[in-house]
Amino acid sequence: MSYMKNILAGATAIALGASAAYAQDTKVIGVSIPAATHGWAGGMNYHAQETVERLEEVYPQLDFVLATASDAGKQVNDIEDMVATRNISALVVLPFESDPLTPPVQAVADSGAWVTVVDRGLSVEGIEDLYVAGDNEGFGRVSGEYMASKMPDGGKIVVLRGIPTTIDNMRVEGFEGAIEGSGIEIIGMEHGNWNRDDSFNVMQDFLSKYDQIDAVWASDDDMAVGVLAAIDAAGRDDVQFVLGGAGMKEMVKRVMDGDSMIPADVTYPPSMIATAIEMTAVGLTSNAPVAGTFTIGSVLITPENAEQFYYPDSPF
Amino acid sequence: MTSETTNSKQSGRALPSMSVLGPILALVLLVVIGALLNPNFLGAANITNVLARSAFIGIIAVGMTFVITAGGLDLSVGSMAAFIAGLMILVMNAALPSMGVGVPIILLGMLVAIVAGILAGLLNGFLITTVGIEAFIVTLGSMGIYRSLVTWLADGGTLSLDFGLRTFYRPVYFDGILGISWPIIVFALVVIIGEIVMSRARFGRHCAATGSNEHVAHYSNVNVNRTRLITYALLGLLVGVATIMYVPRLGSASSSTGVLWELEAIAAVIIGGTVLKGGFGRVWGTVIGVLILSLIDNILNLTDLVSPYLNGAIQGVIIILAVILQREAKAKG
Repeated sequence: MSYMKNILAGATAIALGASAAYAQDTKVIGVSIPAATHGWAGGMNYHAQETVERLEEVYPQLDFVLATASDAGKQVNDIEDMVATRNISALVVLPFESDPLTPPVQAVADSGAWVTVVDRGLSVEGIEDLYVAGDNEGFGRVSGEYMASKMPDGGKIVVLRGIPTTIDNMRVEGFEGAIEGSGIEIIGMEHGNWNRDDSFNVMQDFLSKYDQIDAVWASDDDMAVGVLAAIDAAGRDDVQFVLGGAGMKEMVKRVMDGDSMIPADVTYPPSMIATAIEMTAVGLTSNAPVAGTFTIGSVLITPENAEQFYYPDSPF
Repeated sequence: MTSETTNSKQSGRALPSMSVLGPILALVLLVVIGALLNPNFLGAANITNVLARSAFIGIIAVGMTFVITAGGLDLSVGSMAAFIAGLMILVMNAALPSMGVGVPIILLGMLVAIVAGILAGLLNGFLITTVGIEAFIVTLGSMGIYRSLVTWLADGGTLSLDFGLRTFYRPVYFDGILGISWPIIVFALVVIIGEIVMSRARFGRHCAATGSNEHVAHYSNVNVNRTRLITYALLGLLVGVATIMYVPRLGSASSSTGVLWELEAIAAVIIGGTVLKGGFGRVWGTVIGVLILSLIDNILNLTDLVSPYLNGAIQGVIIILAVILQREAKAKG
């Protein structure tokens, strides 16, 4: 519309070495995600950057703006800036928190741009065109089902929870539902805050408190690292295995190598951001319909299938 | 008025004042509660766990005691610890192909931590004393800088020490002499030296004089700026020492390493009876403060009395109570 846009588009086209014919139709996709403040978010940032770089090669007619925010307020600013200065045709957003991000994303949708929401949903339904959802309840359920199958005679387990949030509650509910009636008893549950050091301390205290712990649901791979170190240091051999979650490469590697303490892992892939960006790009450049909800299921990683979940180059 | 109250309170006994007894009483109370709630609480394993995990904050808090006594403040220590841990891991991993697993590479890592700590402390101290910027602002700035740097070094993920190296280095956290693990021994040494310097050496008196009244200290021939600069460098050095103990535990550093350590260290210093405005410091009190904070977490984990959502609230109440106990006593005594 404006000169600005043409100049921008032209500059991008030249930068990409694409032919000038494409310049007319260059569309901008804004990607707004939380900053890499913990392991999972780091992995998500890695996949976002990698996908953007790859898609800029594949689609010369697309341009990407990637912004990472350290809190919800900054993310709102990022999105406002994208609309005001980059005239985005589509927004891919992984909301920091649902409530504060709902009005600004709604405004983007009202302006006619395509909106893709990833992982955490918005507070109001029907704003987004595409929702790439993580399944937190399913994450807990798959973990619980695995525990139940691995311990057919039941047993005593301790659970480490994440930072107190809705996400954490949904996971624990899913887990508790899945182990109901299996004879597995949760004897202790504390918050390890998705943090290695915190979970190390919590696990040390669990080991002092209980003489017999059959297994641990660490519910996260970072927490599993702390738990394993605590068990190791205490020299206890009553704990048969530790189940983490998310799919950190070190843990996937241990599953792949047949480590008996880490017999399995449950995915909550940070690469779901790649799915969202890719589908948005397809939607903008082709006739293929991509509107709707796409749920990324949580999958059980076992030694048999671990290889396909192992990304040695990712930081997570 | 005051002397009357004091006399009636203290008649017939020669106990030290409540400002001394307050933190000790709080600690004893926590130990009794812990022992009653869980029989494993006083077991050697649990005591070792609590003391060893207190060592990081404890070593840093001893340095913080000097900084606060001299009228300063350092908010950057948690981020600094994370950054130094990251740097140490990177250097050791990089040196691995040429040096191989062995004592020299561990010493190299330790040297990196110590030097980086002293430099980081000197930089804070230089900006505060020579350039003359508020300590709060300088260290708030460096807190953000170090936190970002470690995130950047780790590419948003986690920096992990090479597995073979970690196995070799691990005993520095988990082993020790006569069943007492290294972090506890180092912590104890730092405390003993710190206590002697604070209460017996000239440097301790200079810190107190500087914190109590800069101008009076200056006219009493105390080099105020140099004293302050040394407190920050000392704190940096101790952050380096704490990191040397921290890295072998999990062999990794990430952006979530050392989060809020600065506030825990400052809280421990104040619980221990050091005055936040400066002018008076007590190293042994800081140790009590650190132990109180660790024990609260430990006891809450060992029992199911309180919802884990409320752990922070319990901690907050006990911190405030411990300080009120001293304040009351000080007003009277």
